[in-house]
Amino acid sequence: MAVKSIAPYEFEQKDTADKFPTPLLYIGWEDHKMFCAPFCAPMPPTMKFGDLVNGALPGMYGAHPDFARIDWDQAEWFMSGKPFTPDMDKTLAEHGLGHKSVIRFRTPGLTGLSGSCF
Amino acid sequence: MDMKATKKLGLKERYNLMTRDLAWNPSYQAVKDVFPYMEYEGIKIHDWDKFEDPFRMTMDSYWKYQAEKERKLYAIIDAFTQNNGHLGVTDGRYINTLKLFLTGVSPLEYMAHRGFAHVGRQYPGAGPRVACMMQSLDEIRHAQTQIHSLSNYNKHYNGFADWRHQHDRVWYLSVPKSFFDDAVSAGPFEFIVAIGFAFEYVLTNLLFVPFISGAAYNGDMGAMAFGFSAQSDESRHMTLGLEIIKFILEQDPDNLPIVQAWLDKWFWRGYRVLTLVAMMMDYMLPKRVMSWKEAWEIYAEQNGAALFNDLARYGIKVPKGWEQACKDKDHLSHQAWNVFYNYGAAAPFHTWAPSEKDMEWLSAKYPETFDKYYRPLWQHYAKEQAEGKRFYNGTLPMLCQVCQVPMFFTEPDDPTKVAYRESEYKGMKYHCCSDGCKHIFDNEPEKYAQSWLPVHQIYQGNCFPEDVDPTQPDFNPLAEVLRWYKIRQGEDNMDYADSPDKKNFENWRSQATGN
Amino acid sequence: MSNVFIAFQKNEDSRAIVNAILADNPGAIVSDQPAMVKIDVPGHLVVRKSTIEEEIGRAFDLQEMQVHLITMSGNVDETDDEFTLTWHQ
Repeated sequence: MAVKSIAPYEFEQKDTADKFPTPLLYIGWEDHKMFCAPFCAPMPPTMKFGDLVNGALPGMYGAHPDFARIDWDQAEWFMSGKPFTPDMDKTLAEHGLGHKSVIRFRTPGLTGLSGSCF
Repeated sequence: MDMKATKKLGLKERYNLMTRDLAWNPSYQAVKDVFPYMEYEGIKIHDWDKFEDPFRMTMDSYWKYQAEKERKLYAIIDAFTQNNGHLGVTDGRYINTLKLFLTGVSPLEYMAHRGFAHVGRQYPGAGPRVACMMQSLDEIRHAQTQIHSLSNYNKHYNGFADWRHQHDRVWYLSVPKSFFDDAVSAGPFEFIVAIGFAFEYVLTNLLFVPFISGAAYNGDMGAMAFGFSAQSDESRHMTLGLEIIKFILEQDPDNLPIVQAWLDKWFWRGYRVLTLVAMMMDYMLPKRVMSWKEAWEIYAEQNGAALFNDLARYGIKVPKGWEQACKDKDHLSHQAWNVFYNYGAAAPFHTWAPSEKDMEWLSAKYPETFDKYYRPLWQHYAKEQAEGKRFYNGTLPMLCQVCQVPMFFTEPDDPTKVAYRESEYKGMKYHCCSDGCKHIFDNEPEKYAQSWLPVHQIYQGNCFPEDVDPTQPDFNPLAEVLRWYKIRQGEDNMDYADSPDKKNFENWRSQATGN
Repeated sequence: MSNVFIAFQKNEDSRAIVNAILADNPGAIVSDQPAMVKIDVPGHLVVRKSTIEEEIGRAFDLQEMQVHLITMSGNVDETDDEFTLTWHQ
């Protein structure tokens, strides 16, 4: 369809990477909708994946009773919905994660409050 | 002498004399220059005189009846104020629905006023011009009457004072704001299909009946009065919307695919805005009118079916996304209230977990879904709160690029799975909450790449007060954002249980009934 | 056959209008709610000036109805004497 207009319609994208001090990453924990939506947080591309997991995630998700029970070795990871296996020592950039990338993790066996996926 | 009474003009003749017959075709300027927006959207109109306003309102009738509505309304507002009517509502929680209304809906009335004034000038046909002008006047009246009515609550309760400032800035208010900005920045034909038809006809009952009936059921005479006063204008608006869409479709068969595409887009955009109404009906009204599910069944499924059967003769189909909206009716309100429970620290109205009694009602109204999917969540929250650990989510959410709602919506066939939809445009990823929003993005990426998403704007550093100092050791970015929002910590926000509103309401009520 | 409907605020004037509608529309179903009364009729509904005038006991301009109207559903047609709602199906 594209925008119909009576004059040239050319406007800047509001969210290009250069406008942010740090690129954005979106993270969702499957089957834990107590956190109502995936998170949006600035994550430096040089951050190691392990630091994301051990440094950032506890603050984000620690309030949920399931969080303390996570066996990270069993966690399944997805990038834009496609499975991938993160290397805890490699950086986000090295995984191909950049501005506005979206990752999800699923923790098999943990399905939220009374199994309701909340 | 033989006195013959002259025959009065009929309604139709009076109407034509005062509208169409006062119009003219410009002869010293090109029609294209006087009406420059008429062609670029691809809509073809061959004969504007074929538009018939069924209400046949002339300006003299308009003034007369609108004046009567105003007199009645302000008498009620005065009485309500004089009588401390606010203490007659069922419970202080109810007042939070009015905060949602003033910040989210009243500014849209004003934008509708602007939008109809604009399109009313741009159409060459006298009939639609008059109808749009009246609607523009109606809409500013609605904005004014709502502000007047709710100003009484502002004298006594938090969360009302900065509605105008907040509409332009606060995260969840970008949902209604962007909806209307999208419409007024579209062409005149898209605007009228979007607002006049999709919003004011197809979806209007789902906005107004819950709020106004909610007011009536909860003892709020002030809001009820403005609600009914506005609704009486809405019938004219609904009629304009329906008549204009029939007119456009009858003018040229080439208009059908364009109109259908707009209907698909605007049904979906309007439905997403109604998320706020769904949660209001099921979770915020102490005395509930009916469930969102029931309202959807009456006003969308039954009434909508009747409407689309009627329009089928033009080739119009039920909007894309209709089926999904029907599937969602068992889930929408519960999931939406969870968003506001999560982010209760960042909204200028109070939130709370439903009580046992509330959950009994919810269970009865949602027999297949409430106990299975949602009761555990509310029970957990209640338990945490009782232990002094009321949950507040401290990390910002991912928002949909189009509807701008936090991405809480689930897959149509699996309410346990958050829906993620991704697009790419000019080398960057864009994310949407649903197929509906993704289609809208993919059709006009140039437009939605400009969305002012509150969460992204916060991270760009655009949401701080001027005197902010990030070098300070105690710099708390989220607290500074709240300051920029003019949300006063511990007054406007957080759980109802700890709020000054609750304390005051209960105190004043006991003073009003004792000595 | 889908229903058309019309809904009014509850007051003394609208009571006469509602009674007139019930008299003129045999298939009408009334739904009485706080502050609002809604009338559903399959396919077609007529509001007649002459019937209202009998009920209300004075001259009545049909457009006066708009002061009390809340919402409605169906294609509108209006003359000096009748206001109708219809689904063309």
